[in-house]
Amino acid sequence: MTDLTRLSAVELAAGMQAGDYSSTDVTRAHLDRIEQVEPAINSFITVTPDAALAAAGEVDRKRAAGEELHPFAGVPVTHKDLVVTAGIATTAGSKMLADWVPPYDATVYRRTKAAGLPLLGKTNLDEFAMGSTTEHSAFGNTANPWDTTKVPGGSSGGAAASVAAYEAPFSVGTDTGGSVRQPAAFTGTVGVKPTYGSVSRYGVIAMASSLDQVGPVARSVGDAAALHSILAGHDPFDSTSLSGDVPDFMAAAREGSLSGVRLGVIKQLVGDAPTGGVAEVFRAALDVAAAGGAEIVEVDCPSLSFALDAYYLIMPSEVSSNLARYDGMRFGLRVEPDEGPVTAETVMAATRAAGFGAEAKRRIILGTYALSAGYYDAYYGSAQKVRTLVQRDFARAFESADVLVSPTAPTTAFGFGAEREADPMTLYLGDIATIPANLAGIPGMSLPAGLSDGMPVGFQLLAPAHEDARLYRIGAGLETALDAERGGALLAQAPEL
Amino acid sequence: MKYEDAVAKYDPVIGIEVHVELGTATKMFDAAPNSFGGGANTNVTPVSLGLPGALPSVNRTAVEYAVKIGLALGCEIAESCRFARKNYFYPDVPKNFQTSQYDEPIAFDGSVDVELDDGEIITVPIERAHMEEDAGKNTHVGGSSGRIHGAEYSLVDYNRAGVPLVEIVTRPITGTGAGAPEVASSYVRTLRDIFRALGVSEARMEQGNVRADINVSLRPSPDAPLGTRTETKNVNSFRSIERAVRFEIVRQAELLDAGETVVQETRHFHEDTGETSPGRVKSDADDYRYFPEPDLVPLVPPRDWIEELRSGLPELPAERRRRLLGEWGFSELEMRDIINAGLLDAIEQTVSAGASPAAARKWWTGEISRLAKQDDREPAELATPVQVAELAELIEAGKLNDKLARKVLAGVIAGEGSPRDVMAGRGLEIVEDTGALQEAVEQAIADNPDVVEKIRGGKMQAIGALMGPIMKATRGQADAGKAREMIIERINA
Repeated sequence: MTDLTRLSAVELAAGMQAGDYSSTDVTRAHLDRIEQVEPAINSFITVTPDAALAAAGEVDRKRAAGEELHPFAGVPVTHKDLVVTAGIATTAGSKMLADWVPPYDATVYRRTKAAGLPLLGKTNLDEFAMGSTTEHSAFGNTANPWDTTKVPGGSSGGAAASVAAYEAPFSVGTDTGGSVRQPAAFTGTVGVKPTYGSVSRYGVIAMASSLDQVGPVARSVGDAAALHSILAGHDPFDSTSLSGDVPDFMAAAREGSLSGVRLGVIKQLVGDAPTGGVAEVFRAALDVAAAGGAEIVEVDCPSLSFALDAYYLIMPSEVSSNLARYDGMRFGLRVEPDEGPVTAETVMAATRAAGFGAEAKRRIILGTYALSAGYYDAYYGSAQKVRTLVQRDFARAFESADVLVSPTAPTTAFGFGAEREADPMTLYLGDIATIPANLAGIPGMSLPAGLSDGMPVGFQLLAPAHEDARLYRIGAGLETALDAERGGALLAQAPEL
Repeated sequence: MKYEDAVAKYDPVIGIEVHVELGTATKMFDAAPNSFGGGANTNVTPVSLGLPGALPSVNRTAVEYAVKIGLALGCEIAESCRFARKNYFYPDVPKNFQTSQYDEPIAFDGSVDVELDDGEIITVPIERAHMEEDAGKNTHVGGSSGRIHGAEYSLVDYNRAGVPLVEIVTRPITGTGAGAPEVASSYVRTLRDIFRALGVSEARMEQGNVRADINVSLRPSPDAPLGTRTETKNVNSFRSIERAVRFEIVRQAELLDAGETVVQETRHFHEDTGETSPGRVKSDADDYRYFPEPDLVPLVPPRDWIEELRSGLPELPAERRRRLLGEWGFSELEMRDIINAGLLDAIEQTVSAGASPAAARKWWTGEISRLAKQDDREPAELATPVQVAELAELIEAGKLNDKLARKVLAGVIAGEGSPRDVMAGRGLEIVEDTGALQEAVEQAIADNPDVVEKIRGGKMQAIGALMGPIMKATRGQADAGKAREMIIERINA
């Protein structure tokens, strides 16, 4: 019998509609797979088998009764453990919320529930989504399914690993500076950061509000489009969410085209930065695109050299404020000081000292400093100006290209290791290609370009704001051409677990 | 030092920040009910509790109210403005930041005319009016003072957290001299009246709907630069405002006289002693690390909406007062008495029901107020403007005189019906029957030949001596004017 975990979400949806198998079959297959590979991968902080099977059973019952269902009803999904789920522990990967069971649902979770997507569980992440290796989780490392001695990327490392390891067909992640696209690149999956406001942030635990965006991770462009369609749409509870109709992402993905498409290679992101292997794989993918009819042009975005600096001022500033509410007064961890008086102030201090990991503390301190009186203009103020410059650069670049392209990350996945922690700047530099899209609010996608030393390399496409459908159309075209070139999906080359 | 000496030696400058809680149905940034009372932590949502993941969304009615307040204070309304986060750690602030407005208030550059007791008008310059959310309420349990020091533990009620506030900030108010305390309280009273006229808040000081922070500084002369100020927080009654300003003026003058300096600090006012004392010194809390609230998009109130709100503004207390002064021809003093007695509405409605302004004023400030005071009630509880207007009409028509009208009024208050009903029911109408009156006049003339002689001799005031017997004969129901006419006619005949 077909291994249901190997099918795409689109195939699963069609199979269930055709009556080939039930949602219970599909959900159980994924739960079995989770049980089998979790000891090696650890994609999940919480697995929710009972809730998943109950939801699957409900879909099956409705289908049997001939009730109208969402086309993807019954296809299971996972949510990054940053998405608030009523009655299901939501940790943000932090000791601070290790035992917190929320009383309400995030809009994105309500949407997947309403569409009838059984929740398999909550995936691992760097604490409060801060990191690019998932090593900053309070719940252990997640391994890269391609090589379990290597990181899956982050912060949506659990989401990407769960999809790459066939534990889930698709997964909901979040991307503040590359947190969906970089782990997608590291695990040979497709990750999308939608236009800022395309997907509601209500109930998604905030890291940096002006940069955070929820996005799908999947094994194909078409599946990513499907999940994005389910997640997107105006939400009155998020005043930064876009109003108006959601474009038909799935139709764009089905259309898929490369012919006559202008791919703008961002000069600043392909120079010396990508390592030899990554650059080669990227160039080879460009050749495949050109052979498929795409026109390759070079674009200049000089302000990108300031983007990283701007990001590392804006992001920690917002982090320092967003993480202030974790103080032991209302929910989550509460720690009383070992000695001295027990007052609100000392409890807050002791709780925050004990509850936050090193990276969270580092960013809180950076942000607190950057926002302090006398520094605001020089730091936060200047960084906001860079943001405007980046937007202008992109606007100009999009005059000569339909999408802008680069390697998603300068390297492939690397090993777990403490030595990089000693120098966070090295890790921060790894975000150089993904951060500009968050600063500018534009959509970006990473799809698998090929392998370098046996590890996946990500190919990033960026489109103008509100042109997410363009990413799906061109991304699907490139995916088809690359799959044809190598004779199948890249993920098929991953070792068996 | 005496207050008089302090203000003789130093020029006081005051500045006032007024917070008003808006009377919206829901909170500033979420759908939790905005209501007073109820069990602790019942009027809350994930947003007002600051739960992880919760996001604010702006209450449109709160913005409307803020715009109305701005317009009523003659402010410019911003074409675009933003919210900002004011970051500080305190348990009653659920997110550990308050969402407020900082460098981009919704309204700015206005002024409001404030009338003092002696009729002098002071124009108070308004710097800005901005929107923000209220904090929760702490209760400190254990210990003696109810204050945080010495308490065993504290409870926090977040029902108030997120309640919409508008904060109105004056520029320094100069030139008040010894009148500073009265200017401060009259200003807050004027704002209170405006909030009520606009219908944006119940504006009840005793419930904390309106709270004032009072800044006071002294300088040696009006030409000198501003001195160091203190800010006395949360002063909650008009009387307390006056006492707090007075106390600070004297306290600061004593410090300056002793060659000491005034410390810039926040202070608390104590109702029992009338004194202020230093607040908690917050060493690092003054750096609120303000930055634009990234969870809210800039607010761009449409200009046509603002104009619509402007044209729909009710008449504000000061304008109304000016208009009525012109229409009614009262003196300033009469007008102030009416306003202080809270009778402006009643009199205006009585006039529009047909009474003359003078009659309306006479009845409301006179007999009705007297009777209300006797029973410890409000004048408006005793009679309606329509009833008073009817009473005045009956007098005008000659059907009642003053004395009878008072009896009719008593009947109206006793619930016997309209003035007309009471007049008919109690048989109080002035005798129109000229036959009966004629008879009484004839009798009085016949009985008092000496008086008649005096009248014939030109002593018209002697007519009064005939009125007593006439009234007696008609049981007081005679129209005195009519009787007088008849006497003159009869004697001259």
